Amino acid sequence: MTALLEVDGLRVAVNGGAVVLDDLSFSVARGETLAIVGESGCGKSVTSLAIMRLLPPALRLTGGAIRFDGADLATVSPTRMRDLRGRRIGMIFQEPMTSLNPGLRVGEQIAEVLRIHEGLSRAAAWRRAVELLDHVRIPDPARRAMEYPHRLSGGQRQRVVIAAAIACRPDLIIADEPTTALDVTVQAQVLELLKSLQREIGSAVILITHNLGVVAQTADRVMVMYAGRKVEEGAVAAIFDDPRHPYTSGLLRATPDPTRPRPARGVLHEIPGMVPRLGARASGCAFRPRCARAVPRCAEGVPPLLATNSGLAACLFAQEGAAA
Amino acid sequence: MTPRARRIARFLARRLAQGVALLLCIAVLDFALLHAVPGDAADAIAGEAGTADPGYVATLRHQLGLDQPLPVQLGLYLGRLAQGNFGYSFRYGQSVASLILERLPATLLLMAASIGFAVAASLVLGTLSARFANRWPDRLITLVTLFFYATPLFWFGLMAIVLFGVHLGWLPTGGMYDVARPRTGLAFALDVARHLVLPAFTQACFFLAIYTRLVRTSMLQAYGSDYVRFARAKGVGELRIALRHVLRNALTPLVTMVGLNLGTLLGGAVLTETVFSWPGIGRLMYDAVFQRDVNLLLSILVLGSVIVIVANLLVDMLYAALTPAVELR
Ligand SMILES: Nc1ncnc2c1ncn2[C@@H]1O[C@H](COP(=O)(O)OP(=O)(O)O)[C@@H](O)[C@H]1O
Ligand SMILES: [Mg+2]
Repeated sequence: MTALLEVDGLRVAVNGGAVVLDDLSFSVARGETLAIVGESGCGKSVTSLAIMRLLPPALRLTGGAIRFDGADLATVSPTRMRDLRGRRIGMIFQEPMTSLNPGLRVGEQIAEVLRIHEGLSRAAAWRRAVELLDHVRIPDPARRAMEYPHRLSGGQRQRVVIAAAIACRPDLIIADEPTTALDVTVQAQVLELLKSLQREIGSAVILITHNLGVVAQTADRVMVMYAGRKVEEGAVAAIFDDPRHPYTSGLLRATPDPTRPRPARGVLHEIPGMVPRLGARASGCAFRPRCARAVPRCAEGVPPLLATNSGLAACLFAQEGAAA
Repeated sequence: MTPRARRIARFLARRLAQGVALLLCIAVLDFALLHAVPGDAADAIAGEAGTADPGYVATLRHQLGLDQPLPVQLGLYLGRLAQGNFGYSFRYGQSVASLILERLPATLLLMAASIGFAVAASLVLGTLSARFANRWPDRLITLVTLFFYATPLFWFGLMAIVLFGVHLGWLPTGGMYDVARPRTGLAFALDVARHLVLPAFTQACFFLAIYTRLVRTSMLQAYGSDYVRFARAKGVGELRIALRHVLRNALTPLVTMVGLNLGTLLGGAVLTETVFSWPGIGRLMYDAVFQRDVNLLLSILVLGSVIVIVANLLVDMLYAALTPAVELR
């Protein structure tokens, strides 16, 4: 089966400068959920914006292909890309408080998608918007549709954003930390909603998060990113069971998750050090300065992705058993 | 009544009460200020008539009611004001109300034209500036607006007269219309428009500069906002983004600023109208000062406050309409 989305050798750089994403490749099958994890600054958001061709002006796509259902998004015309956005690829951003236009009624912000992509009349689009609000479980949707965003809570606003993102039943939903800004109880509800909508529509989902608990609950496969590169990838259960990259094991050890067997239950370990700033990445393996297992050879070029029992891992020792 | 209509009614009632109280303060203050200045209308008239005969001046003063104690004069003045009676101007031999009413349209026309021009031009220039941020069009616009900002209004007016009126002869340099022509129909309107160009432009320059910077900043902010990114992610086209998502939000700071500037603009009218001999109340006020026509001057000042208060109220309502998160209070 061919993948719905196939990212191949994606490169993004700051205009004439530091490399942000380096040779990033991954794919998403129809209906599948791929989680992208990694600490802040690893390039998760930039990856999603590159797929949407919505990179901020300071960043440029400098190489690679983004094949989506036959078309290469890296080279399609702006008009064609605009037609895909919102219709075949829906995007949900991290900040529900600022994602909605403060000056437009929430109903309009959903109806807008339907008017653009499905050519619905104003009235028909509004009716659909109200139905969608009901669908994302907002109580009293007809009245809510008339409200401006400031009258809604964070969780409700994120539901509005979700409603707009799924309005055209897209093949792919990209959710960039959709629940990070929300209260814990609301987080679970919103994730549950997203999952049920995905089941119903049959969309594939790219779920960006740094919460491994969320990954365990929702994703089929997981891709771990570090400093703009993929360092490990595979089925969620396999990777959580048997991580082969020291960064992945570090992340897992730093996560309280009762569903996962952990040697020293109750003790959380922090990964020492920080994600390197752009342009200050170490030669060879970028994780080397923070890695307990690092040896001089790690500095001699970027480690290739090696096949492991759980998938792929970019560590010289990936094939030698569990990462420390 | 819907809750919203009730809120608006309550808001208007409160603002009206505030406005009246404010007006009263302004009237008293203006009265006190004008009477603190030495010399009165009687002195001025007598001086013009070339006599200093104390008997004549005293009679004049009695006729004008200027020999009464100040508090009495103030009370009489406020009483008349409350009845909408602005009194009589002895200089013009006309009631103040009719005098002002005669001149008001010219000033309102000039104000509206200069605000309209400043707002329209700043939207264009500010948008260009934002779209080409930090590139040469932006730098050029910044330079020009800085020049507008830093140049005194009267100098601008005089230079405009010299260049367009005297050297090039394109535009009339004074007055509001050509007295030799009939004052009816489209030809008259065009004639007034031609006379309006220089004073309106001169008056607008300073505000144009401020507004352009403001529009540039708020446009940049709106274009970099999360909601514009989200709109793009929905597949919204650039034109729709500009009109529906950016402009509206970029407009709110401009509306606020225009509201704040209305008083300044009215003050500036004195200068502009004098330079361009525009027959408005600014010019009338200028003349009233020199003729010690205290009554006329007071009425103009009070009327000016009324205009500013009413205009600010309108701006507040417009602002609330543009910004749903701001409730009228
Ligand atoms: N607009 C931008 N200009 C310059 N650098 C950027 C910009 N946006 C992101 N970056 C850089 O790209 C890297 C990845 O950022 P991002 O994708 O936002 O990380 P995250 O994984 O937390 O989502 C960071 O090092 C960040 O500094
Ligand atoms: Mg991010």
